[in-house]
Amino acid sequence: MKELRGRAWKFGDNVSTDHIAPGRYFHLRSNLPELAKHVLEDARPDFAPGVSAGDFVVAGRNFGLGSSREHAPTIIKMVGVSAVLAKSFARIFYRNSINVGLPAIICDTTRIGDGDLLVVDLGLGKVKDETNGEVLSFPPLPEIMRKILEEGGLVKYVKRRGDLEV
Amino acid sequence: MSEKIIGEHAGRSVSAGETVIASVDLCFTHDASGPLLISQLKELGLDLQNPRRTAFFVDHAVPAPRRESANDQKIVREFAKKAGAGFHEAGSGICHQLVAEEYALPGQIVLGTDSHTVTAGALGAFATGMGATDMAVAMALGKTWLRVPETLLVKVTGELGKGVFSKDVALHLVGTLGSEGANYKSVEFSGETVERMETSQRLTLSNMVVEAGAKAGLVPSDLETKRFLESLGREGFRRVFPDKGAQYEDTIEVEAGKLRPMVALPGSVDNVKPVEEVGEVEIDIVFVGSCTNGRIEDLRVVAKILSGRKLREGVRLVVTPSSRRTLVEAVKDGTLQTLIGAGAAVTPPGCGVCFGALGGVPADGERILASTNRNFKARTGNPEALTYLASPAVCAATAVKGVIADPGEFL
Ligand code: SF4
Repeated sequence: MKELRGRAWKFGDNVSTDHIAPGRYFHLRSNLPELAKHVLEDARPDFAPGVSAGDFVVAGRNFGLGSSREHAPTIIKMVGVSAVLAKSFARIFYRNSINVGLPAIICDTTRIGDGDLLVVDLGLGKVKDETNGEVLSFPPLPEIMRKILEEGGLVKYVKRRGDLEV
Repeated sequence: MSEKIIGEHAGRSVSAGETVIASVDLCFTHDASGPLLISQLKELGLDLQNPRRTAFFVDHAVPAPRRESANDQKIVREFAKKAGAGFHEAGSGICHQLVAEEYALPGQIVLGTDSHTVTAGALGAFATGMGATDMAVAMALGKTWLRVPETLLVKVTGELGKGVFSKDVALHLVGTLGSEGANYKSVEFSGETVERMETSQRLTLSNMVVEAGAKAGLVPSDLETKRFLESLGREGFRRVFPDKGAQYEDTIEVEAGKLRPMVALPGSVDNVKPVEEVGEVEIDIVFVGSCTNGRIEDLRVVAKILSGRKLREGVRLVVTPSSRRTLVEAVKDGTLQTLIGAGAAVTPPGCGVCFGALGGVPADGERILASTNRNFKARTGNPEALTYLASPAVCAATAVKGVIADPGEFL
């Protein structure tokens, strides 16, 4: 797996899918490029206008709680985010991100600063913060999720195998 | 109970922590996730494995308030009809209420593209929410992968006091566990208080476990479940209950008699306090509805409190029944007349303002008290408004008083 490289955008704890893809933009759900213009708007209004391809969303605990809307990880991926790093993830969001091919990494994000340059190696399970020089490691994904991510998402995984297997 | 049910669907005995492939009894989606799901199904190039075990609901933005929603609903409607799946038109009600009324049975595995799919756990089903892609695969293959969850036992004993309902138990529980206290786990309810609850109250309990991150919220099926199903003319009841000596990761004891009417303060569902501790909080809009508390039993409590009274000057009350059956019942028994007479605006069955797209969005700087399940920033449609959560009884008492109020004196 290739190395990912980009800047960190810091968020706090309990960023919900309502913060990521607000219900008031419900009518844009079949127009994902438009919906993506509002991604994370209720958590950090400067994020959507400022994010660059390759950047990381770096959050605290329980990222993605709330509604099961898969539009949430989809639009995070769509604006070019290469991975989400958080201390923990809500269950459905975690599964959805892997399914849409957005790596969700569980690690201690406390010391990563806003705007830090990060290099993430998914294969080795390492995050290097080039700004503060620290290296964090993270646990490998469960086997089935690793395979899904390697295929580029669940649809591709099932298309290739024609079935689900553990 | 989760291990038992998942084991039956995996064809072998399973234990917590394992990842297994399990067959699925019901897959459903709605107008909020349906279009994305349908595009994923097309991408997969597969048909529905079993249309009779698949259901589509138009419940979120109903009746369609704008062109984009109408177009999305058309996609769902046309797909469901062509595939021969169950289809529930706008106005039928919220998917979770209809799944409880028409589909879910004890011992089943039920999947929905909505986090509150857990609601059906109240009938003794293993019911959990997933995203659109997971559901597309489940609909196409008739199975899914699951990590068998650990179980938290919640034991509720004693008598609920006057003005205290299952919603207060649920809020108390989420407050105790915190917003991720049950992440990836299954919550199982037990104890005499739960045994004595009607299914409508149990549905509220199961519904809100996801607010603590849980994957499922199960109530053992019993004679009350049988009564509920039979009252709807449905077959398929069976008893599903935990084995003697079942393993629990932890047990939480709740003394019902000590609970007071509760409120969740704006911003997070786990920020819960008894009504008497929140001080004088003026409320502009009261909303009664949602898959948590929009059932006929909820509307009756509100009507009882509002009967012979008027809304406080300046307070708006919006009531959205959770299903057509609820609305029909409310028409028949006079509940609706009482609500309207007191000044309520009643909107068609569906999600209403719960997720912030229609039916009672608060103005900037206003406070809304809702019988729903979430109060994140902007949840009810306006980032400049504040959302509080409580039981329908607290909602009704508040509508009369204009400030968040204990319903005890009205009951
Ligand atoms: S009523 Fe609210 S919580 Fe329930 S399904 Fe509808 S939007 Fe979701």
